[in-house]
Amino acid sequence: MPLIEFTDKGLYCPQGQFYIDPWKPVNRAVITHAHSDHARWGSKHYLCHHLTKPILQLRLGDNQYETVAWNEPVTMNGVKISLHPAGHIIGSSQIRVEYGGEVWVVSGDYKTEDDGISGAFEPVRCHTFITESTFGLPIYKWKPQQEIFNDIQHWIIQNNAAGKTSVLIAYSLGKAQRILKPLSETGLPVFLHGAVFNVHEALLHAGIDLPAVQRVQPTTLKAETQGNIVIAPSGADGSPWIKKFAPYSVGLCSGWMQVRGNTRRRNADAGFALSDHADWDGLLQAVKATGAEKVFATHGFQAAFSRYLNEQGIEAAEIKTEYGNDEEENITETEKQDTP
Amino acid sequence: MKQFAALVYTIGTSTKTNEKLQALQDYFAAAPEKDMVWVIAVFSGRRPKRIVNSTFLKDLCIEICNIPYWLFEECYHTVGDLGETIALLLPEPGTLAAGLQDVNTTEKTLSYYLEHFISILKEPDEIRKTFILNSWQQMDRNEKFVFNKLITGGFRIGVSQTIMVKALAKTKQVSPSVIAHRISGNWDPATTTADDLLSESSSTIDHSKPYPFYLSYAVEGEPADLGDINEWTAEWKWDGIRGQIIKRNNELFVWSRGEELVTEKFPEYHAFAPALPDGLVLDGEIICLDTSAGDGIIKPLPFAVLQTRIGRKNISKKQLTGAPVGFIAYDILEYEGKDLREEPFINRRTLLEQVIATVNNPMLLISPTVQATDWQTLHTSRAGSREKGSEGLMLKRNNSPYLSGRKKGDWWKWKIDALTIDAVMIYAQKGHGRRSNLYTDYTFAVKDGDKLVPFAKAYSGLTDKEFAQVDAFVKRNSIEKFGPVRTVKPELVFEIAFEGIAASNRHKSGVALRFPRISRWRSDKTVDEINTLDDLKEILRMYNAGI
Repeated sequence: MPLIEFTDKGLYCPQGQFYIDPWKPVNRAVITHAHSDHARWGSKHYLCHHLTKPILQLRLGDNQYETVAWNEPVTMNGVKISLHPAGHIIGSSQIRVEYGGEVWVVSGDYKTEDDGISGAFEPVRCHTFITESTFGLPIYKWKPQQEIFNDIQHWIIQNNAAGKTSVLIAYSLGKAQRILKPLSETGLPVFLHGAVFNVHEALLHAGIDLPAVQRVQPTTLKAETQGNIVIAPSGADGSPWIKKFAPYSVGLCSGWMQVRGNTRRRNADAGFALSDHADWDGLLQAVKATGAEKVFATHGFQAAFSRYLNEQGIEAAEIKTEYGNDEEENITETEKQDTP
Repeated sequence: MKQFAALVYTIGTSTKTNEKLQALQDYFAAAPEKDMVWVIAVFSGRRPKRIVNSTFLKDLCIEICNIPYWLFEECYHTVGDLGETIALLLPEPGTLAAGLQDVNTTEKTLSYYLEHFISILKEPDEIRKTFILNSWQQMDRNEKFVFNKLITGGFRIGVSQTIMVKALAKTKQVSPSVIAHRISGNWDPATTTADDLLSESSSTIDHSKPYPFYLSYAVEGEPADLGDINEWTAEWKWDGIRGQIIKRNNELFVWSRGEELVTEKFPEYHAFAPALPDGLVLDGEIICLDTSAGDGIIKPLPFAVLQTRIGRKNISKKQLTGAPVGFIAYDILEYEGKDLREEPFINRRTLLEQVIATVNNPMLLISPTVQATDWQTLHTSRAGSREKGSEGLMLKRNNSPYLSGRKKGDWWKWKIDALTIDAVMIYAQKGHGRRSNLYTDYTFAVKDGDKLVPFAKAYSGLTDKEFAQVDAFVKRNSIEKFGPVRTVKPELVFEIAFEGIAASNRHKSGVALRFPRISRWRSDKTVDEINTLDDLKEILRMYNAGI
């Protein structure tokens, strides 16, 4: 019996009787991070990192949550479970599972560059590594984040000089917090869409230190936002909500912006290839650092990535999951009505 | 090169025409003169000959990056652009494999690169390879992208010729129509100066220069809204290739709308050239004609017949008799060396009638007008278009000048409704450009008994949102992968519209469609309800019969 099985509800550890990031309701769920394709509604009992809990509460409501710190093992039915920093977003963790001397690690989503707020990715030695492969092609090689931040700041200053508001489209959990510091360095006020603001508040309550921001309110005047900065989730792009900031310029912050066509398709004025996922080199480096004998690749370019690993002498296979459907973040109806 | 790469980047990312215009103006104001000439050349499709083919460039990239061939192909199909794929894969500047000579790293201009391309065209592989490697080594990703695009092909990055002409006109304070004419035709950027090309007093005369074509928009709403029918002339709309016949200095030039000089392809025109008056420019349709009856009535052959003629260098006797190419004249733009474009259409038309009558050759015809005293009569005439082998009507305002480019107001096309058929999608492939990494290129099939027979490919007609939905369907429902093509569960039904149909023994279905595109997604239909191969053959029969 393998330590982790691939079932139609998600990754399952039969010995420990728990699932990791299940996409259907189960009894026990261990959660890598709070993005909605990994942390879903309806399970009875959730185990996650301390910093993941406030977001789960915000998004999934009150449930039975058990939280742990990184490298703080718990045991379920004789199976030792521990969480390790994945560097993807605040609280994101890899899940290490050990039983009878065999070790598996489920990466969840991760990036190898330390962004200064999510915790530095920690390579964990294991026999079997289940890795994401969102950007598992060699065309995806990120610039160092400081360079991208410089580009964003430069773009904002240009917009400001032209009297335009800079609207940055960023994932409300993760990317939005990551860009806050460089944005506030411009000295311009930063406004948040309601969906981003809710996450921001939850993280502040959990004790995370974040730069000062303002929420875009129905009463917010155009004079307050004009020439300044707004962060909004992708669902707000092209909505009546965003049009009220005119004149404005839209910048998308996503790894997909690496390819010109994506920026053009989204009709964005600027695309910044800033990703919270590992790039090609990051994925390879992470796989090698685990020393794993066997690798499973989930969501992304799993076919190409696993084929390449096999050719490099690392046994690999692709598995189908329901992760990765969250790139176009959905905002709820109430958030859509969040008008300035 | 940095300036030019920045221009391409700005144009590529800006979403507003005014921003593109401004970026071009800023560029033209600051660029070295030589670079400016090259930019005009590149953006109007006058790229220098390729120093290497795309396979050469691809192999070089694969060698440097040390990746397997299949992985390069995966990347290419995801990016949808060869030049960009290579730019993304290559290592950062200065980190290329050792062994390359340390080269002079001073900033090079666009014209330096393009002129160097020309100078090494005939050199051995090794020399061209070294030049490319050294160039890559000094470039950032944006510059590499632009460099690769210059080598590999069509520089389509969202600059229309119209925008460029506007920008030049503003920079040089010359009217746009003068600029448009100056930059058309045959000129070599390597030997042309900005002054030759753009200054008001330019003395260089190029006898081959065509005029920019005037193009029309489709009628919006009812033609009756255009006002008094007596102010308009209606003609049939012919389905060939728009072209200009020029005779100056007793020499004949034939241009296609793509501004390609095609004089040698149509020996038929050389036969009547001596009879043409000198200093003449005619606008019309290059089209295959059935002249067997000898009655002077226009009987066009299907576009598919013309396709057997274009693209061939040497034309056989059989082709000349089987697919004779005529010219249906629409307009006269120059007579006795005088530019007539500002004259009212109706006056030009009268002159055109005289000229064509004097030449009196069965391969040079005038496009007949369609007489009507009210719009309703014209409606009825239009319904008979297919019978005439035409695709509808053209409406031209009698007092209109001959404008350049696609303009609204004076000329309208009023096409007949397209033919349609319901079909199921069976293959999908990722698109290019702004459709990169999305399945947007589809192959459609009709039923033949219990088999599905592919008969058309289409890439357009859905909204971005619909494309996203179909893309998601393809990703979930693909059966097999053949290189970039996925076979898809035959489930999604679409209505395919097309302009014409011809028998073809090169296609499995036995037919070839003209301008197939998706007219709508029939989510109300299942695969059992699509049309059959017999239905398609019936359309072919009726189409040929002009019904």
